Amino acid sequence: MENLSALIRLDYTLMIVGIGAALLGTVSGALGTYAVLRRQSLLGDAISHAALPGIAIAFLLTGSKAPLILVFGAAVAGWLGTLLIMSIVRLTRIKYDSVLAIVLSTFFGFGLVLHTLIQRTGNANQAGLDTFLFGQAATILESDVLTIGILGGVALIIMLIFWKELKLLVFDEGFAASIGFPIRTLDVLLTSLLVIAIVLGLQAVGAVLMSAMLVAPAVAARQWTNRLRLMVFLAACFGALAGVSGTIISSTASRIPTGPTIVLCATVIVGLSIAFAPNRGLVWGRIRHRRSRSDLKTAADGLLKQSQQRSE
Amino acid sequence: MQTSEPKAIEVTDLTVAYQDKPVLWDIDLDVPPGVLLSIVGPNGAGKTTLIKAILGLVRPAAGNILIYNKPYEAQRRIVSYVPQRGSVDWDFPTNVLDVVMMGRYGALGWVRRPGKKDRELAMHALEKVGMEAYTTRQISQLSGGQQQRVFLARALVQDATVYLMDEPFQGVDATTERAIVTLLQDLRANGKTVVVVHHDLQTVTDYFDWVMLLNIRRIASGPVDETFTPNNLRETYGGRIAFMK
Repeated sequence: MENLSALIRLDYTLMIVGIGAALLGTVSGALGTYAVLRRQSLLGDAISHAALPGIAIAFLLTGSKAPLILVFGAAVAGWLGTLLIMSIVRLTRIKYDSVLAIVLSTFFGFGLVLHTLIQRTGNANQAGLDTFLFGQAATILESDVLTIGILGGVALIIMLIFWKELKLLVFDEGFAASIGFPIRTLDVLLTSLLVIAIVLGLQAVGAVLMSAMLVAPAVAARQWTNRLRLMVFLAACFGALAGVSGTIISSTASRIPTGPTIVLCATVIVGLSIAFAPNRGLVWGRIRHRRSRSDLKTAADGLLKQSQQRSE
Repeated sequence: MQTSEPKAIEVTDLTVAYQDKPVLWDIDLDVPPGVLLSIVGPNGAGKTTLIKAILGLVRPAAGNILIYNKPYEAQRRIVSYVPQRGSVDWDFPTNVLDVVMMGRYGALGWVRRPGKKDRELAMHALEKVGMEAYTTRQISQLSGGQQQRVFLARALVQDATVYLMDEPFQGVDATTERAIVTLLQDLRANGKTVVVVHHDLQTVTDYFDWVMLLNIRRIASGPVDETFTPNNLRETYGGRIAFMK
């Protein structure tokens, strides 16, 4: 009897964790599509690393570990990091990738220092803050799922409302500006959506690997389709799939950090997509290549036979 | 200055600089309505920048630009822009019809999605450039010339009065080149004003009736037969031109 109730409790925990992981996979997969198409994959990495000190500061200021407060802190820090990157690129001659690297490591280093300081204070409440480094999906509670669901849902709805504008921004910025769309504002909007997607995933996946959750599902989805709508949908599905399978694997085995497990699952999806997707997939490409070669060979043989017959 | 007829485009004292380095210096340009004007000059002469300045995409350090006597912001709906083909990623997941319909986004405004009428207008524009058979084709599977025609169709769907085109003849096949020339002449016949950044000096006299010679400064501008002279060309290209006439 006791065993049974323990099993039910475990299943319930697993279900909550699974729902949380599925939601954040959906949100980061869908929004990550835009980052990949804009060739801004590394921006996601910078945002997730930059978010780390925000979590520590939010905890230091409030003493609370409520998901909304920590997510808010992470979002503000991630946002400031992005803003800093954009301003440095605009105002100096330092190249974009160098700026990314500098801002990313500075914020991340600052975040590590703050987290160490918090641990030294011996505040009993601080336990669990370090999960934001590599993620620990087992720590996801109902309240976290609610936060992910509501904020992620809002982000996705905004994406759908401004679908046409965001598509135009990503495809042809100059043309978008020429017909009167404020590309600076749209850029800020899109980046803000990315920030939301990233900070929602920090608890489960961790700052170090979160950007993979933006990039991998989108890269996999691109292999299967040539339509943006389908690409966003598939990326959301792949993200959810990676999230759920990663969390289930990591929570059944003892204390494997969830972030790496989810990312490995996503990588498997990417690998399978690159290998087996029609049109773009390597396997089909090989088969097509072989088939066209054998067709060519048959045709050449036919011609050869014809000319031989004629000469006889 | 004459005030009789409004100029389609009127640029006065335009200077544009990128980080202290002038790319356009004190440009004056009057484009009367209904002409086909080519902007000609060596690499780095500021041709693209001039187009972008007219469209408000780069901020000038000084100067004034008017489209039919009003600033660009007030005239967006009568101006249509064809960017350089190489400025976008043609592996973007979308098809031909969808790109052409982007030409309707300005008229649609925020949030509203294109509908049946927009689709019909886009189809009509695709017919004009001979691309109606490619509506559902993924854009990465088009040849360079076909991509260029898709961009032109997107501009046509805007139904503008003034067209600004950045190197539409760049790297296109003979079929596309002929299609573009026919299109330009159609536009002029309908009283539209077309400004084209152009590279091929050999075809300037055949394709265009006005020309602007540009090398950071304006060397000359006006009707081709008066302006497109060996002297002006030498001044524009700095004596590096030997094949003329």
